Amino acid sequence: MSVFIQQLINGFFIGSVYGLFAIGYTLVFGVLDILNLAHAAIFTLGGLSALWLTRTTGLPVWASFCLATLFSGLLGLVLYRVAFAPLRRRADSNLSGLISSIAMAIIFEAGAFEIFGARTVRFPQGMFAVRVYHFDSLTFTSLQLEIVAIALGLMVVLSLCLKHSRTGKAMRAVAESETTARLLGIPVERIISETFFVSSALGGAAGILFGLYFNALGPDMGRSIELKGLAVIILGGMGSIPGAILGGIAFGMSEVLTVALTGMSSLRDAVAFSVLLLILILKPSGLLGRGRIRQA
Amino acid sequence: MLRVRDLQVAYGPVIAVKNVSLDVASGAIVSLIGPNGAGKSSILNALSGVAPLKSGSIVFNGRDISRMSAHQRVSAGIAQAPEGRRVLAGMSVRENLELGGYRRPAKEVRENIGKMEEYFPVLRQKSKMAAGSLSGGEQQMLAIARGLMARPGLLLLDEPSLGLAPLVVRFIFEFLERLRDEGQTILLVEQNAREAMEISSYAYVIESGRIVVEGASRELRRDAAIERAYLGLA
Repeated sequence: MSVFIQQLINGFFIGSVYGLFAIGYTLVFGVLDILNLAHAAIFTLGGLSALWLTRTTGLPVWASFCLATLFSGLLGLVLYRVAFAPLRRRADSNLSGLISSIAMAIIFEAGAFEIFGARTVRFPQGMFAVRVYHFDSLTFTSLQLEIVAIALGLMVVLSLCLKHSRTGKAMRAVAESETTARLLGIPVERIISETFFVSSALGGAAGILFGLYFNALGPDMGRSIELKGLAVIILGGMGSIPGAILGGIAFGMSEVLTVALTGMSSLRDAVAFSVLLLILILKPSGLLGRGRIRQA
Repeated sequence: MLRVRDLQVAYGPVIAVKNVSLDVASGAIVSLIGPNGAGKSSILNALSGVAPLKSGSIVFNGRDISRMSAHQRVSAGIAQAPEGRRVLAGMSVRENLELGGYRRPAKEVRENIGKMEEYFPVLRQKSKMAAGSLSGGEQQMLAIARGLMARPGLLLLDEPSLGLAPLVVRFIFEFLERLRDEGQTILLVEQNAREAMEISSYAYVIESGRIVVEGASRELRRDAAIERAYLGLA
């Protein structure tokens, strides 16, 4: 029984990182109706740049975390300017945007490969004091707690900003109708740029937390989370922020539970994606989708 | 206040508006009337900066605004209330109003929301409800109030009577007269020619993207031939 609960907790921890990754994915989708397939590459670059900052400049982890998150946001701006903005006035911009985001993903990954090398790299030993807590038979570390606190904290802050801040309301207005937003005097281009900045900063932050959690980073670390992120936002409902959070945690838990119950780690992805298929059949709009079916 | 010369709007190869010239005097209600698809909304959207302007000039309060972006035009004092179903359905009534005042300081926005809720008490009662859950008439009131939140010198109104019951239409038009009496300048697009001519001082009849007749509303109404030919009222 305690093994079971331990696994649930682990699933919750990693699920919160999936949620943080997916929230940026879904934010851009909600505003632009475009899947940004370079999101996973930004996730990778965020993690690797945080590691690089820590190792070469000797900055404390929290400082490199902040700088690398900022850097990821700036990468998002570059991404929007290069891959999406020039195509926006074309009729088929959804498909061409999808393709150009794949191109940017490949460019970003190649850049990561050149700069950071192909090997899996780790944060230096003893970078931070990790305490281990025991409750009955349950074990978790201070690092795990910090990761989940940061992930949940960022998600809560984003949700509050979207709900209450002026820019957040403008983002939601652009998501509903770009033309109406323009009629209201909202500078749509700037709001979209800001959306990309926030989305990519969160994606980068997820990459850093992911790297800290497994203490393994490499230029291909985005691969494993790319499809999972997509699955998470479909599971939660495309464009829904609470859906992405819930979907991420549900996905993380289903992964670890599969391993715990069957004892076979090779089944992990198969079961998680089977759950996704089931949801798509039973409730096509996702867990928290608004009833309307997305054709994605 | 507004002076438009030789306005052309084209969506790719399709020309929607041809050589339209019109004037709106300060404090007046001016109407653009004509059948569905005549290009009336395209004219409004070109004034708002959301339809592709091919050529022509738009001078507002002495400034040429034809190269300005949509949000700069709102700052300059032109706001549009698109036809009623274009409220932000998933956002609350209050959020719709707040966004209408996007380019105004926060303090002024709060005051203006109070003023809009005095105009339309139903907007206060349903302040927290999703705009999409309002009735057609209420959505139209919201769209007008949201336009007014920008404190525009010129309010562009697109088909405020569209799909509404006659009693609601009456209410909306009486409200527009009240606004005019308070000094608000309005450019009104309407298919409902009779009602529009009643409250406007000057009218342009649009057909196939061009102005076919123009004149003081009172005189146009008296002209039976115009009624039969363009307004379908007889």
